[in-house]
Amino acid sequence: MSTTITPPTPPKSTAIENAELRDWKAAIAADAQTPPPGLFSSAFLQETAAMTRRLFIQLQRRPTTLAAGVIQPVMWLLLFGALFQNVPQGLFGDSQNYGQFLGAGIIVFTAFGGALNAGLPVMFDREFGFLNRFLVAPLASRYSIVMASAIFIAAMSLVQTAAIVGLSAFLGAGLPDVLGLGLLVLIVLTLVLGVTALSLGLAFSLPGHIELIAVIFVTNLPLLFASTALVPLAFMPPWLQVVASLNPLSYAIEPIRYVYLHGDWGLGSVVMQAPFGAVTLGGAIAVLIGFCGLSLALVHPLLRRRIA
Amino acid sequence: MSAAVLIEGLKKRYGAVEAVKSVSLTIQPGEIFGLLGPNGAGKTTTIRCLCTLSTPDAGKIEVNGISVIDNPRVARQSLGYIAQEVALDKVLTGRELLQLQAALYHMPVRVARDRIAQMIDLLELTDWADQKTGTYSGGLKKRLDLALGLLHQPDVLVLDEPTVGLDIETRTAVWQFLRQLQAAGTTILITSHYLEEVDALADRVAIIDQGEVIATGTPSELKDKVGGDRITLRIREFTPDAEADQARALLTQLPCVQEVIVNSAQGNSLNLVVEPQADALMTVQQALKEAGLPTFGIAQSRPSLDDVYLAATGRTLLDAEIAAAGNRDLKAERKQAMKGA
Repeated sequence: MSTTITPPTPPKSTAIENAELRDWKAAIAADAQTPPPGLFSSAFLQETAAMTRRLFIQLQRRPTTLAAGVIQPVMWLLLFGALFQNVPQGLFGDSQNYGQFLGAGIIVFTAFGGALNAGLPVMFDREFGFLNRFLVAPLASRYSIVMASAIFIAAMSLVQTAAIVGLSAFLGAGLPDVLGLGLLVLIVLTLVLGVTALSLGLAFSLPGHIELIAVIFVTNLPLLFASTALVPLAFMPPWLQVVASLNPLSYAIEPIRYVYLHGDWGLGSVVMQAPFGAVTLGGAIAVLIGFCGLSLALVHPLLRRRIA
Repeated sequence: MSAAVLIEGLKKRYGAVEAVKSVSLTIQPGEIFGLLGPNGAGKTTTIRCLCTLSTPDAGKIEVNGISVIDNPRVARQSLGYIAQEVALDKVLTGRELLQLQAALYHMPVRVARDRIAQMIDLLELTDWADQKTGTYSGGLKKRLDLALGLLHQPDVLVLDEPTVGLDIETRTAVWQFLRQLQAAGTTILITSHYLEEVDALADRVAIIDQGEVIATGTPSELKDKVGGDRITLRIREFTPDAEADQARALLTQLPCVQEVIVNSAQGNSLNLVVEPQADALMTVQQALKEAGLPTFGIAQSRPSLDDVYLAATGRTLLDAEIAAAGNRDLKAERKQAMKGA
């Protein structure tokens, strides 16, 4: 038996070179010595858009992620709502029923959970070596990696929030006015940005996805239960009241809840009676923005060292 | 004209492991340069430092005269990096990954579209470009990986073990493609622990061992420096110890034979270093015949790069790999590989 080994056809040598590309590269090399383009350059926008597009293509091809992301909070709302359906009226503040009370908690908890998981895809990219493609490329700034994740998670959160708001309205919780909805979106986005930053910080500093999942696991539910998502502050033992009024989630939940229940809300409205004093709506939002700023500041040097 | 790649006094330590002790290399524009050494010798660390994935502890690295340490963003524009393991997003199609890559290098949309079409054509990905990469075979993934690394037409292409785990046909195709690229003016640095690969491709070679360069030159120069030809001889398919010893004693006497090694791992075959003269083979066969010993197989060859490595370190590449396997801190290496800086 004999076989002839045919070498694969040689590639067309002319195609390796591209004159147009050469010109473009020469132009790039010419301004190569200028300082790197900043966070608002077109180069930064281009790379961020491309990385974000990848995340949305992934979502589109794996619609399960989106379906699960919407079904989960809906289940929370239905099941938790049913669980506490027979609680005497008045126990949950001004709410007409528990479902009405719960909506704000589920919105915030869902957004929080999504943002907390933001680091996982980045961690997998690190583990598979895909992230190296970004790291060897002449990115305008490696913050585009962070920005792409944040945009994606924020968009996901808004879709989920819309689903919860819609279902709550259907279940009789009513709808805040337009300004109230705007405030709701602002609160969700602020929380998402702060938590996404922390999660990405973890994704770049923990050794692997096992550790990251462990951290997510021990953070997620305890923060839910130690917040005002499921019951009002007055319902808790004193020590838990202290914990819950230090929990940033409470500062996202209470303003949303207030806006849901009171048409005449304002920045001075008292939304929570913490053990250390009354918290106004404006105060709660200031705390949230402070939390977001703090987590960005905390993660900044870490990201700088790891990826910048 | 400055060197395409200049590495001087590179040092890099991962925890307790001194991965690179002292590596200096100069790669001229347009050449294929091979970095040969056993696993764990420091090849990957060296090119990770070159491609700005790791920051060296000491030393100078320049690409086209631009320091990758002081000016990484500019150096990255000139470098193309093909990692040992192909990392693709399996949900995206080949074309989508190419589009992502083009944006990472800030190509204008029109230039990118033409270039992507060109690369798809060049690497014969036409039938697959719009399929998810999760459906690709190993060879196809490697071709797409090459297309991604070459998309921005880098001046210097760096490939870490480009053909590990590939079938023979794909390997030959990769080799041919790299030669084609070289002809178009690209400088190529490959690491490999395959002798044949470096021998077949590289214009010049640096042999690296335990974090240090132990020899540099063209494959031919290095072999000439070692000197002598090699004769591999089998008395029988599996030679008894007694006969092997008898043959060794006999052949050592011959004036043209410099050294005789009995390789017990290969059924007591005899490895001879002889004077590079035409009748050496005849002389050896004649001597065996006179002593009444049969010849099962005999072959003469020039020294290989493995012999160069053996002469410089006193062990073969294979031995070095087995030894290195026990010494590596794989956990620390993995950790480092995942780290950005």
